[in-house]
Amino acid sequence: MSEAAAAAAPVEEPHSGAVVSARDLTRRYGEGETAVDALRGVSLDVPKGQLTAVMGPSGSGKSTLMHILAGLDKPTSGEVTIAGTNISKLNDSDLTKLRRQHIGFIFQFFNLLPMLTAEENVLLPLSIAGEKPEKKWVEQLLSQIGLTDRRTHRPAELSGGQQQRVAIGRALVSKPTIVFADEPTGNLDSTTSGEILDLMRSSVDAYGQTTVMVTHEARAAAIADRVLFLDDGLIVKELGRADPHEVITVMESLSAS
Amino acid sequence: MTKVALKGLAGRKLRAALSALAIVLGVAMVSGTFVLTDTMNGAFDSIISQSYKNADVVISGKTAFETDSNGNTVQAPSFSETLLAKVKALPDVQAAAGSLTDAKTRLVGRDGKVVATGGAPSLGFSVEPHGDQRFNPLKLTSGTWPDGANQIAIDTGTAKSEHYAVGDTIGVQTQGPIEHFRIAGIVKLPGVSIGAATMSVFDIPTAQKLFHRLGQLDVIRVQSKSGVSTAKLVSEIKPILPPTVQARDVAAQEKQDKKSVNFTSFIKYFLLAFAGIALFVGSFVIANTLSITIAQRMREFATLRTLGATRRQILRAVVIEALVVGTLASVAGLFLGLGLAQGLNALFKAIGFDLPSTGTVFKTRTVIVSLIVGIVITLLASLRPALRATRVPPIAAVREGATLPRGRFARFTPVLSLITLILGVLLLGYGVLAHGLSTGNRLASLGGGILLLFFGVAANASLLVRPLASLLGWPATRIGGAAGVLARDNTMRNTKRTASTASALMIGLALVTLVAILGQGIRSSFESAVDQLLRSDYALTATDTFTPLSVAAERELAKAPNVTAIEGVRAGSARIFGSTRNLTAVDGSLPKVIHLTWKEGSNAIPGQLGNDGAFVDHKFAKKHHLGIGSLLQLETPTRQVLVVHVKGVFKLPNGGSPFGEVTISHQLFDANFRDPQNEMVFVNTRGGVTDANTRTLEQQVKGFADAKIQTESQFKKNFEKPLNKILILLYVLLLLSVIVSLFGIINTLVLTVFERTREIGMLRAVGMTRRQTRSMIRHESIVTSLIGGALGIAVGFFLALLVTRATSSEGIVFAVPWVTLVLFVIATILVGIIAAIFPARRAARLNVLEALQYE
Repeated sequence: MSEAAAAAAPVEEPHSGAVVSARDLTRRYGEGETAVDALRGVSLDVPKGQLTAVMGPSGSGKSTLMHILAGLDKPTSGEVTIAGTNISKLNDSDLTKLRRQHIGFIFQFFNLLPMLTAEENVLLPLSIAGEKPEKKWVEQLLSQIGLTDRRTHRPAELSGGQQQRVAIGRALVSKPTIVFADEPTGNLDSTTSGEILDLMRSSVDAYGQTTVMVTHEARAAAIADRVLFLDDGLIVKELGRADPHEVITVMESLSAS
Repeated sequence: MTKVALKGLAGRKLRAALSALAIVLGVAMVSGTFVLTDTMNGAFDSIISQSYKNADVVISGKTAFETDSNGNTVQAPSFSETLLAKVKALPDVQAAAGSLTDAKTRLVGRDGKVVATGGAPSLGFSVEPHGDQRFNPLKLTSGTWPDGANQIAIDTGTAKSEHYAVGDTIGVQTQGPIEHFRIAGIVKLPGVSIGAATMSVFDIPTAQKLFHRLGQLDVIRVQSKSGVSTAKLVSEIKPILPPTVQARDVAAQEKQDKKSVNFTSFIKYFLLAFAGIALFVGSFVIANTLSITIAQRMREFATLRTLGATRRQILRAVVIEALVVGTLASVAGLFLGLGLAQGLNALFKAIGFDLPSTGTVFKTRTVIVSLIVGIVITLLASLRPALRATRVPPIAAVREGATLPRGRFARFTPVLSLITLILGVLLLGYGVLAHGLSTGNRLASLGGGILLLFFGVAANASLLVRPLASLLGWPATRIGGAAGVLARDNTMRNTKRTASTASALMIGLALVTLVAILGQGIRSSFESAVDQLLRSDYALTATDTFTPLSVAAERELAKAPNVTAIEGVRAGSARIFGSTRNLTAVDGSLPKVIHLTWKEGSNAIPGQLGNDGAFVDHKFAKKHHLGIGSLLQLETPTRQVLVVHVKGVFKLPNGGSPFGEVTISHQLFDANFRDPQNEMVFVNTRGGVTDANTRTLEQQVKGFADAKIQTESQFKKNFEKPLNKILILLYVLLLLSVIVSLFGIINTLVLTVFERTREIGMLRAVGMTRRQTRSMIRHESIVTSLIGGALGIAVGFFLALLVTRATSSEGIVFAVPWVTLVLFVIATILVGIIAAIFPARRAARLNVLEALQYE
């Protein structure tokens, strides 16, 4: 980490055990009368080794929250700390280094590179960072995502579920401090969704992989250790481990209000 | 990351190949030019070194200057053959042989006209049929060496093209009327083609008689005894030489001879200029194609950024792709150049400029320059798109329809574009109109100005796309119906993209338009000059109009009963005020055939020149501060110095003059120039131009196979022929850059179809037929081409206005060849239609269902 990054140390000590914390995040899009407030003051801590789900109806600001937590977007005000670093003040290259070291991404549309094989896609973050993959770890990971025998296939030759497995492997390969998953099952059928959710849960259980997942599906939220409900730019409710029914009940109460 | 870039490229082979094509042609032109001119040089070198086979020292006449003002070799003065015996008697001479050479020994073809050489020499040589041939560079392919007064040997090329064989009779035209010879042998220079040049070979006495050099020789080749240094031999020979004769060692002689073929380096730079234009257009195409692909690959770049790729890595990935494309394109272009060299040679041949050739010369320099030029240009063109790629934000990985953020300086872009355009116009104006600029500075400001102008127009063109597309797209909406309307609107969707695609075509069209307007200007000024000057009924010129004619033809013509006035304009070169100038000579009948406007003096002057008089044109007079009575020193090629007084100054007519800077009398000219020749002869006849008069004149010069009687209109037409050929040459060479821009349109359309897959699927789903889909793409292509054409023709007009304004003193007027311009517009539409063929087919073939699911 550069000195600049170190200098941008957190003003407020994060919650002990939290790998990501946010304080008073607001995000306003546009200006004047057409301005939209996507976030209106959100504070949260993501504890280490847990799977946190962010739920909310569309337009609730959940995607914006995740983009800001992951350093993809900048808050209008407020601060985000990842692994002890206040990212609000990082420049592009320090942010890039932070991403390499600490962040993994899982996307709704997989975002695999079509010209690379499954294995190459998985290893991509390491090759970008110029690191040598540890063979044993890669094999373990490939077998966990169930693609050992399809490692030479290209994305076009894989089903949606298989593609998302590759994407999960890619997010885990550099053992990041935190994985952000953006609607990971949003583009999959329900059987496949179940498999993907199981895989995500098992990665948390097996490696203590801290994960934040944005979703609007109750079933997805139900695998989380903690569910945050967002509505109209604010966290309105928080549940511990919940079953889908409880999640749906909360969601319905949000839509009703 | 390098691997990712390379794999990505491999995954987009078609797109990579299409963008590579834009550079391939330019590189091919570079490599083709080098191959062609190196091959020509190789041929000349081989001809020159063979000419001095086995010789160590060459003895020849001294000339005041080796080449005349038109770059032709000056015939050196001959010397007495008695020198040969003296040379042979020297102690260190192993062997010596004398010979004659001549460059105006024209062979007569089967049609009774001289064999056209397109400016190449009609060589005449002597051989010693009974000698040991050690110095003779020629090889007999059949027959024997010519031996005796009526024998000749001719070159294989002429024998083949004119169907002559050993034993046939052939006419030869030199100083006097045609003389006939029996072909004793057919000869060639081993290992090299002499192009359009012809060779005729005689024994020494026959050559001496035919060339009017009785008892004289032009060259003595000397071989030294073994162990004697060339320097020693030269120093031995020098004391016995008369003052007008020199001895050079072979290396120096070859070096001197090579100077006369310097025009190959002119050809080289001329062709390289067109290669440069094609590459410039190619760089536009590459930059545009890359910009589009980068916009389409935003999601990919953003994903890489979220996975930890730095901006620098993204930049490197794009540049590596460009490097690979540039390298492959350059290698392909390099080899395509070998074929293109043949094409260029064929093009030169087609316009009557057939140069010597030998085995293809492929130098290391050709490889290095072609590769470097192609790669560097691709890299430069990729820089801006690559920098744009680095600005793709990571969030584009998760957000649909994210747009590229504007760069830090983007808000200055409109201002910068405008400044570029204005700077270009100013620089051009300065280069064209400023007085007293050195040639280097003028060319630099013109070149820089044109570059900036093209950049400026391209940068501002996006502002014009909407209005131009509405206007030029109107026919498409009429013809194409709904497809036409969509096509027109599609060109307005991304005005920047349409503008840069059209700009590539704009460059080619601008230059073609410039050439066409200037050509028309030169043509009309020439015609008005002829109208203004010519008072004669007929003109006599060489069959190719520009080769000088022996004065014997004029003398013969003067004998015709119907001739009332005749005036031959002699042409030669002389060194005046330190440089080689055109010198002409006339006599007193001049005012009867040519109307000159005198600034000083009168129509009586031509008749009063005598042995010490001259008249000059007003520009020359002004430059050297000459007036009536001023003294002029003229040094002839044979190193005689003539002193003349200026007796008159005439106003140089706009559009060309038949006279050199200085004109003297026939009397003075004929006494001091060997083998005097007329560039043209003007004749008045009793009763003016009639069929009977024409027949009589033609009959009178029938003995001269290289002479042609022409009326004024034929004269004009014949003089315009070379200009028309040059125009065709320029059009063909500029066509190359138009083809490059055509590839640019194909690229854009292919990428556009790719990008709009889902949309096209939707259109097909709601009932658009394949035919309509094709028509939609075709019309979009035509509208884009027409925008490029309109911009190009406008820029071409502007450039032509500037140039004609600058050259108004030379009399080149601004004349618009409307028919040609209409043809250009049609050509532009054709470019659009051709460019659309492949992309339209792809669009029409899209599977509706798959297209709809495409993302």
